[in-house]
Amino acid sequence: MRYHPLTPEDREDMLARIGADRIDDLFSDVPADKLLAGLVDLPLTKGELEVERILGRMAGRNVAASSVPFFVGAGAYKHHVPATVDHLIQRSEFLTSYTPYQPEITQGTLHYLFEFQTQVAHLTGMEVANASMYDGSTATGEAVLMAHRLTRRNKAVVSGGLHPHYRAVVETLSDMAGDTVAALQPDPAGTEDILAAIDGTTSCVVVQSPSFYGQLIDLRLIAEKCHAVGALLVAVFTEVVSLGLIEPPGAQGADIVVGEGQSLGNPLGFGGPYVGLLATRQKFVRQMPGRVCGETVDVEGRRGFVLTLSTREQHIRRDKATSNICTNSGLCCLAFTIHMTLLGEKGLRRLAQLNHEAAVKLADRLAGVPGVSVLNDAFFNEFTIRVPRDASAVVEALAVKGVLGGVPVSRLEPDRGLDDLIVVAATEVNTDDDRAAFAAALAETLRI
Amino acid sequence: MTRYTTDHEWIRIDGNVATVGISSYAQAQLGDVVFVDLPDIGKAIGKGAEAAVVESVKAASEVYAPIAGTVLEVNAELAANPALVNEDPESAGWFVKLHVPQGTSTDDLMDEGQYKTFVDTL
Amino acid sequence: MLNDQGRPTRAAETETSAPWTFTGNRALSIEEPLLFEIGRPEVTGVDFPEPDGLAPRLGRHQRTTPIDLPGLTEPEAVRHYVRLSRANYAIDTGLYPLGSCTMKHNPRLNEKMARLPGFSDAHPLQPVSTVPGAIDVIAELGRWLCVLTGMPAVAMSPKAGAHGELCGMMAIKAAIRARGETRNVVLVPESAHGTNPATAALIGMSVREVPARADGTVDVEAVKAMLGPDVAAIMLTNPNTCGLFEPEVVAIAEAVHAAGAYFYADGANFNAIVGKVRPGDLGVDAMHINLHKTFSTPHGGGGPGAGPVVLSERLAAFAPLPFVRMEAGVPVLVETTGDAKAGELPFGRLTAFHGQMGMFTRALAYMLSHGADGMRQASEDAVLSANYVRAALADLFTLPFPDHPSMHEVLFDDRFLADTGVTTLDFAKAMIDEGFHPMTMYFPLVVHGAMLIEPTESESKASLDLFIATLRDLALSAQRGETARFTEAPRFAPRRRLDETRAARSPKLKWTRPVPVTVREAAE
Repeated sequence: MRYHPLTPEDREDMLARIGADRIDDLFSDVPADKLLAGLVDLPLTKGELEVERILGRMAGRNVAASSVPFFVGAGAYKHHVPATVDHLIQRSEFLTSYTPYQPEITQGTLHYLFEFQTQVAHLTGMEVANASMYDGSTATGEAVLMAHRLTRRNKAVVSGGLHPHYRAVVETLSDMAGDTVAALQPDPAGTEDILAAIDGTTSCVVVQSPSFYGQLIDLRLIAEKCHAVGALLVAVFTEVVSLGLIEPPGAQGADIVVGEGQSLGNPLGFGGPYVGLLATRQKFVRQMPGRVCGETVDVEGRRGFVLTLSTREQHIRRDKATSNICTNSGLCCLAFTIHMTLLGEKGLRRLAQLNHEAAVKLADRLAGVPGVSVLNDAFFNEFTIRVPRDASAVVEALAVKGVLGGVPVSRLEPDRGLDDLIVVAATEVNTDDDRAAFAAALAETLRI
Repeated sequence: MTRYTTDHEWIRIDGNVATVGISSYAQAQLGDVVFVDLPDIGKAIGKGAEAAVVESVKAASEVYAPIAGTVLEVNAELAANPALVNEDPESAGWFVKLHVPQGTSTDDLMDEGQYKTFVDTL
Repeated sequence: MLNDQGRPTRAAETETSAPWTFTGNRALSIEEPLLFEIGRPEVTGVDFPEPDGLAPRLGRHQRTTPIDLPGLTEPEAVRHYVRLSRANYAIDTGLYPLGSCTMKHNPRLNEKMARLPGFSDAHPLQPVSTVPGAIDVIAELGRWLCVLTGMPAVAMSPKAGAHGELCGMMAIKAAIRARGETRNVVLVPESAHGTNPATAALIGMSVREVPARADGTVDVEAVKAMLGPDVAAIMLTNPNTCGLFEPEVVAIAEAVHAAGAYFYADGANFNAIVGKVRPGDLGVDAMHINLHKTFSTPHGGGGPGAGPVVLSERLAAFAPLPFVRMEAGVPVLVETTGDAKAGELPFGRLTAFHGQMGMFTRALAYMLSHGADGMRQASEDAVLSANYVRAALADLFTLPFPDHPSMHEVLFDDRFLADTGVTTLDFAKAMIDEGFHPMTMYFPLVVHGAMLIEPTESESKASLDLFIATLRDLALSAQRGETARFTEAPRFAPRRRLDETRAARSPKLKWTRPVPVTVREAAE
């Protein structure tokens, strides 16, 4: 087997050194009737070529985003990632390194985590960021728990514009922990009255902007109301590129900002791994979940970085930890940071503008299709359309025509009377031809 | 007179006021103290209940109230200078002052000599 | 209770050990500045077309505040990150004996497979009809995990080991609720990993610690004495964190079940027994599998991982959304409660989308490559290598639990360093100077100055022999009183010991623009 350096002779020598007759002597603590005598019922070892054939066949059954006009978003976005990013993250020293618990020989990882934290803080307009969470949805769940600890209350008010999967994650965690969630009805056009739901028992208010439906939401009034009653504003985003063009949550009074960072550096990958971003105010840092990297010096006075504030974490605090999380999305952070570094402020603003223009052009195209209306008046690169048919059937019909034309809302919000809505995303990868193909296919589908 | 618990808190009572901190032995075991989480003023704390949490880089310990009382004052200097707990644990590095009933007794706790003997057995 | 896990986190200031250079660089070791010190906001390494200048439809939400994000051109960025990479230790550059963390070889075929466009460029919410191959991967990996563990069901969406623990414990809580009970106590051995009690606490359960026996294993009688109508589950790692197989695991499982509770197994050390023992045969109800340990998806400097959870018949119904159901041999994706059938009672949702797909393809490539025979061999080689290291060091190092064979990792304590003035931490740092990553230190907590060594199956005998010879030399050196070799270590790493106290007392968690010198002088 190509991955096993020990030879049969080595194994004999080593057993002799140990003083064992056979390998199963070392498994003597396993009850004899539980030790498998033979192989489990699975195929035997295979060469690279055979493995490539098997997985290649599976991969070949999927439609890759790059191969068709592609307008699917709703929490994960198709962007062009510079070739440099994937090359650099595959360097052995990044890819095959462990968590940087030995800082003297992991300054590479710690250095980029410090850059990552700074970039996230600047992007969101917040004072501090952690070294990432699993993804945007779990970061949102952790933000709610953090708010409960800070306010010593346990009721979260959740906007109807929050991604339904994110809401479900918050509801599941809260249900299991004995906390309360007041979730508002789905809010495609951004017209809900969330202020009325906030009172002195509210721990936090969770609002997404741009919303799941694409609508941009003004956070300032919500922040004011929160702070007036001693609650915290948790601001959520799923499209980090939007922060290149819209006012960041930190400038609007958010207390905890969480979001999905996949758009920068990371592929769609059928849903993961992604990189959850979490930023907050300096004064809340000891209630922040997850790993965090800090600056210090070594014994010679040279600047260096270490994982710090680890008394918040499970390996020290055990059942009193801020979270049970024991990882960050290390390599996905690196991809994020390298892509962000290549863009710089100038590149990010340009990328964001190109995304917005792509969405404006697409909205105009689709609004011109008979029977189709655009629901959102202020959006970034994503919006919701209403079609005069069952949206799921429309999206399936579009796929048959070779266009991946968005996500039917009913796939995530069944039985809500939202069966005629499609969430549509546009990014810099879409061409005029793609948009024309989408509009034509949609028109044709609706004519039948 | 300073009294000690087997959890390494010390306590000194002056009239209605009991001052609580951690012993020199405890601070040495914890290592460099980096943060002390202190209770809110006015909070009533039962005997043996958590009064504070002290954190070093690699360890965190709850500090329990040796007797019941209400929090009168916390050592605000620890926020800016947690190293006080290492440098002067049994004086300037105190944690909380509790209001306790007049005549509260700590006779069930160890005195300095007993505590020293206790530590030597650890 | 006093936590006595403290240890020095600051070393005395030391003179530099290396000759002076103008740049501060040391040949291949370059002093790389932070991005924020070399980049500029107007510089970009990505070329875009000109925007059309369309009227924005952003409402009143247009950004008015600056972002302050410097950029680098492509050659500058490549050099910056390549230089940083060279300050890292990695499994590709050397033996990585981190007990319980399992740093084995990461095959590059797995990376190639994960990057096939059909996997890497597929959207989690594109029509299901356009991603049958992706659903196949989830179903097929799930099938392999079920066969290897002897369990009937698997929840694939957890994002990491601790997330898998959360999933398994939530399934247990849901099952207890479904029985109309309110059990809320979880038994956790004191040697357990910190995520176990943290997970139990997260879902509102209280933790009771099971004391360890003198031989490092769990006593079934101690467990029995703690069981009662309020106990929901036991969380047990097997092989345990001392590297020992729990000899009474079956009796423990039976006692737990007889008391109406569930057996959660922490699968962190499953790599010792893949193809040798099936946890399902031991009475396990739920176990997470760290794909990044056992099935070699790369650790990536601290993530991402993946933590699928296998479930027993008693818990299978409660698996969270989404899940894959087999219908006439075809996998069907179930995403909402509306799609669930009678008897399927998902407890909720743990994450957006379907789990760590990129890790699934890597793990499946690893499993297909190894096959049933290769995986069994991997477990045996891992156990053999750990016991070989143990046998070769047993005369110089001290074994806290000599009565049981080690499994895939060997635990030493620090008694062999008594009166040398050298601590476990010093010893580990001296290993760095010798070109090795340290072993896991100070874990598990039940042993003083723990050193937990896991060589894995990826090392040749020559590599193990050099490692052994090095550790022997270090132990003898410490016993000879050559203290400075340890207390001053590491001397040759890109950084020497870092001041962790300073980092924690006044946390500096992001770059801040330096105050201009003139202002600073005025302030003084």
